[in-house]
Amino acid sequence: MRGLFHREHDIVSAVRNVSFTIEEGEMVAFLGPNGAGKTTTLKLLSGLVVPTSGTAEVLGHVPWKREDSYRRRFSLVTGQKEQLWWDLPAQESFRLHKEIYRIPADEYQRRLDELTDLLEVGRLMSQPVRELSLGERMRMELIAALLHRPDVLFLDEPTIGLDVVSQRRVQEFLRRYQREQRITVILTSHYMKDVEALCDRAIVINKGIVIHDGPLAAIVDRFSRHKIIELQFSDNIVPQGLERFGTIVESRPPKVRIQVEKQRVSECLSSILSQNSIDDISVSERPLEDVIAELFSADDAARAKS
Amino acid sequence: MTVTHSNAESETILGEVEARLRLKWLILRTAIEERLTYRADFAFSTLVRFLPIVTQIFLWSAIFQNAAGRSIQGYNFSEMVSYFLLVMLTRAFSSMPGLSTGIAGSIADGSIRKYLIQPVDMLDHLFWHRIAHKLVYYAVATGPFALVFWLCRQHLPAWPGWPVMLAFVASLLMAFVIGFLIEALIGLVAFWFLEVSSLIFIYMMLSYFLSGHMIPLELLSKWIPFVDYLPFRYLAYTPTAILIGKIPREHLPVELLIQAGWIAGLFVLNRYTFHRGVLRYSAFGG
Repeated sequence: MRGLFHREHDIVSAVRNVSFTIEEGEMVAFLGPNGAGKTTTLKLLSGLVVPTSGTAEVLGHVPWKREDSYRRRFSLVTGQKEQLWWDLPAQESFRLHKEIYRIPADEYQRRLDELTDLLEVGRLMSQPVRELSLGERMRMELIAALLHRPDVLFLDEPTIGLDVVSQRRVQEFLRRYQREQRITVILTSHYMKDVEALCDRAIVINKGIVIHDGPLAAIVDRFSRHKIIELQFSDNIVPQGLERFGTIVESRPPKVRIQVEKQRVSECLSSILSQNSIDDISVSERPLEDVIAELFSADDAARAKS
Repeated sequence: MTVTHSNAESETILGEVEARLRLKWLILRTAIEERLTYRADFAFSTLVRFLPIVTQIFLWSAIFQNAAGRSIQGYNFSEMVSYFLLVMLTRAFSSMPGLSTGIAGSIADGSIRKYLIQPVDMLDHLFWHRIAHKLVYYAVATGPFALVFWLCRQHLPAWPGWPVMLAFVASLLMAFVIGFLIEALIGLVAFWFLEVSSLIFIYMMLSYFLSGHMIPLELLSKWIPFVDYLPFRYLAYTPTAILIGKIPREHLPVELLIQAGWIAGLFVLNRYTFHRGVLRYSAFGG
């Protein structure tokens, strides 16, 4: 019975200790697994969430005051249908945006032409939004978000659910547009490809805490203790005993991939080369995805301990 | 210097007003266009809504046959028929199909976010939306309305004169606003209780009684004495009673003032609820 009258709420801190400064014209990614606090951080910055403690300032405004003067200067795009009228052609929604954001008529036309051109959706303008594919709709959402030329653009999983071609098209557009307009873009994603393609800087969040802030490549330098050695042996067999150098990731004779600790790489190479005849050899970094996955699980484990 | 300053200021105020009006106008236009997408379905459902009035007229004619020429709580048969015809007309102004559920739904599925992110006022936006709905509805329903009124013409009251007619129209328009405000308020309750469909159902049942939609309020006031002090009577009873002369002419100004007072009160309550609701929403993670 108690449950009827006293609902018990667990207080879950979605974001606990996330501090960062982003300069104008930067393109930054929030990276993290589901539930890391990426989206919550974006919601804070776009004024949808009022924090229980802490501060934030974007373009000189406190987001959760939701002043019109702030709301005219940013856009939030999420993977869901959000801004467009479902039953009407996208151009009707755009015209409404023109009035909502008070865009002068000539500027509106110029920007609309430019954006439809860049995103190649000109012929779809008069089709009801419900008839568009997910990728086409996403591009329309982007136009709606950019018509008023926001200074800050928040993208929450902008390529979620899109096929590879649409993903790449959206990425290319974003990169180009951001470079030309020098707007500030903050995006969340768990697609590493998005992040690699778009952002020089990544803020990695796990369980509401920032665990890395810097160039994406630095994550690999900083956290990856291993490299991958790929070998192709001349005679169609893989010699025994390679386990002593590290973990064998893949073995498909005559090729084999071994994960080796960084400081042992040269030692391994000389030992292997002296004992076998090798056709081809390469040493590479581990894929970013793997490093980050490891980073998260190590972080979780460390926290479970403490 | 002061003159130019105040000039510039009045210019920006004018510009502000113009920008707002342009937005409202465009919302209206866009929403009309949206409504017309499903016009066939819409026209059909409009026609079906005329069926209840036919059964009601048959029902009351049977009741009055037994009453043999007497009146019921001051209503004779013709007045009763006029009452139901005019209530139907008034409900065409004050009913808001889908408004509460729409607001509650957008809170539940998060699509309300668009109104928080964009520099728009959600309640204002929905209001102009609703006007568009109504305009399209009248465009479809005027024909059937005219037909039903023409068929029942011998029961309708005589021309009541301009003052009463104007009071009727004013009360009718205010019925639209009160209907909007009450249903929007119920939808906003979803900020606190995500599941409001049962609340909406209870409201619909209650307002069916308390607005005078089911029977004239004179028949109810013996059982529910406080019915005159609720806002629901303005959704059906009051405009109708004004036109068929059930409210004495000298009471009309007060009656209209009270109706306007309800609008002011409900408006404030709407704004306050929305404000508190958004605070709560954003405290719980948007």
